[in-house]
Amino acid sequence: MQDVIRGRVWVLGENVDTDGIISGKYLTILDPAELRKHVFEIALPEFAPNAQPGDIVIAGRNLGSGSSREAAPAALKAAGVGAVVADSFARIFFRNCINLGVPAIEAAGVRALFEKGDTARIEMTGGRVVNERTQAEVRFPPLPAHLLDLLEVGGLVEKVRRELLAAKGAASG
Amino acid sequence: MSASAGAQTLAEKILGRASGVEHVVPGEIVEGRVDLAMMHEQGAQTVGPFQQMGADRVWDPSRVVIAIDHWVPASTEGAAVMHRILRKFAAQYDLPHLYDVGHHGICHQVLAEDGWVVPGDLAVGTDSHTNMLGAVGAVASGVGPTEMAAVLALGRLWLKVPPSIHVRVSGELGEGVVGKDLILRAVGEVTTSGAAYKAVEFSGPTIRALSMSDRFTVCNMTTEMGAKCGMIAPDEKTFDYLRATAKHAMHPVAPDPGATYERVIDIDVDGMPPMVACPYSPDNVRPLPDVAKEHVKVDQVFLGSCTNARIEDLRQAAKMMKGLKVHKGVRYIVSPASSAIYQQCLHEGIIDIFTEAGAVFTNSSCSACFGGNMGILAPDEVCASSSNRNFPGRMGPKEARIYLMSPTATVATAVKGEIADPRELL
Ligand code: SF4
Repeated sequence: MQDVIRGRVWVLGENVDTDGIISGKYLTILDPAELRKHVFEIALPEFAPNAQPGDIVIAGRNLGSGSSREAAPAALKAAGVGAVVADSFARIFFRNCINLGVPAIEAAGVRALFEKGDTARIEMTGGRVVNERTQAEVRFPPLPAHLLDLLEVGGLVEKVRRELLAAKGAASG
Repeated sequence: MSASAGAQTLAEKILGRASGVEHVVPGEIVEGRVDLAMMHEQGAQTVGPFQQMGADRVWDPSRVVIAIDHWVPASTEGAAVMHRILRKFAAQYDLPHLYDVGHHGICHQVLAEDGWVVPGDLAVGTDSHTNMLGAVGAVASGVGPTEMAAVLALGRLWLKVPPSIHVRVSGELGEGVVGKDLILRAVGEVTTSGAAYKAVEFSGPTIRALSMSDRFTVCNMTTEMGAKCGMIAPDEKTFDYLRATAKHAMHPVAPDPGATYERVIDIDVDGMPPMVACPYSPDNVRPLPDVAKEHVKVDQVFLGSCTNARIEDLRQAAKMMKGLKVHKGVRYIVSPASSAIYQQCLHEGIIDIFTEAGAVFTNSSCSACFGGNMGILAPDEVCASSSNRNFPGRMGPKEARIYLMSPTATVATAVKGEIADPRELL
């Protein structure tokens, strides 16, 4: 993961719950390519047909509330979302995003600074989100090193895989 | 807040021990060693990531519990497949503690009754009501299936140390008023988002006077406050409860005097009536006698769930039910929280009392609690329930209306055919 993430912006409102991200009727879909077709079907229908890898989703308060389904961040990952930035997150959704390697940034006040189609620049360690069109910016407490590492390797599955490999190497070496 | 330097809350002390750090502060990320990991059906989704991680063994099979509980016996093909995945997984990785159909129970209940979680533990489960186990003085919290895979592989996980809310309870619960009424009132006060990301710590003479059964009920519903965990510092009752069953060494801790709480809530229960959470949210709480005045007719009544289907709950309810009949046109479903409780009910004549009254006494499972197994409602129906959630769609259709209450309040309601005050039957 780069320290600076740039991308075209999609904007969501407040309290978008996991049903709004991926509807319950798609929970049995395991193929990411299939899953990506239904991302934000309820909350932002034009997203799935038009989104490009690297696009950034910006939302208001309490993004990802409702059920704890992991399919919601999995669908964002399948769509190639570069980062999700929100005024605030629901707890389990935030955890699931980071664990799946989707950068999730809590930056209170961010929603008000963006319109659809703007370009956002996120400085991960600097703790700053900038709207490149208006130059408006908002600061956030950078993610702790532990979580940056997790994103760096692409999520929890990969991180644990490497740790286990290293442990085996050490044991046999 | 007059915090003494270094003084810590219960959650901070437990997470400090789990992560081997002397002193932790809210917001800090720690890597905690897990004392107990629990999976139920959702754990079927853990198998894939676990294998992708390249793990060839589970970190400590003696600390992993798999409980089949939501669909018992399997009521859909999907459930049957999940059960099969879990059975195979348990066999492949030599996991001996599989609570399979026949000696099963609701996951949180089997953890409680078999002493899987003890004071000072860090416990995680693939279910949001894992909070219930905090009643023994542990940090117990829900996690997603990928996180559970990492826990199974490594025996640890990252956690953000939560700020704590302190709920201090004083006063004496009146006759017919129980732990459920107390926690309903607290959820009403804190609201369903008021404790998001936070730990909720209960203390005070009223909490000390509660049975372990009622303490589990109290911590169970901290999930309805949005809390990461809910907990009660251990005391003699806790140690007595676990004396014969504790599966591993205890590390009991108490909160330090002068610890920093983000918020302190004082509740005085003297004179408090039974409470009820009205549709469509567990924080829409009102005094039950006020709701009873509105003659709310019910179609179904459910006495079950991890919140309130322990033997103590069923005994109190059976005592009230004895000799009475379920109101004509009302379906009363009673589902004990575990097979062990089912057997106790059989031996104590509790099943006779309910079935003679015209109730359906089912095998142990989550039963009607979540709208995916049995006891599903029609759209225009009303249900009174001893469970913990009444959001739209919880028992099937989103229009159906659910009222949450204590076990004896379900008896009074089933007998009268409308929401009723259990104290009328004392
Ligand atoms: S009884 Fe209800 S709340 Fe408890 S674990 Fe089962 S479905 Fe969840």
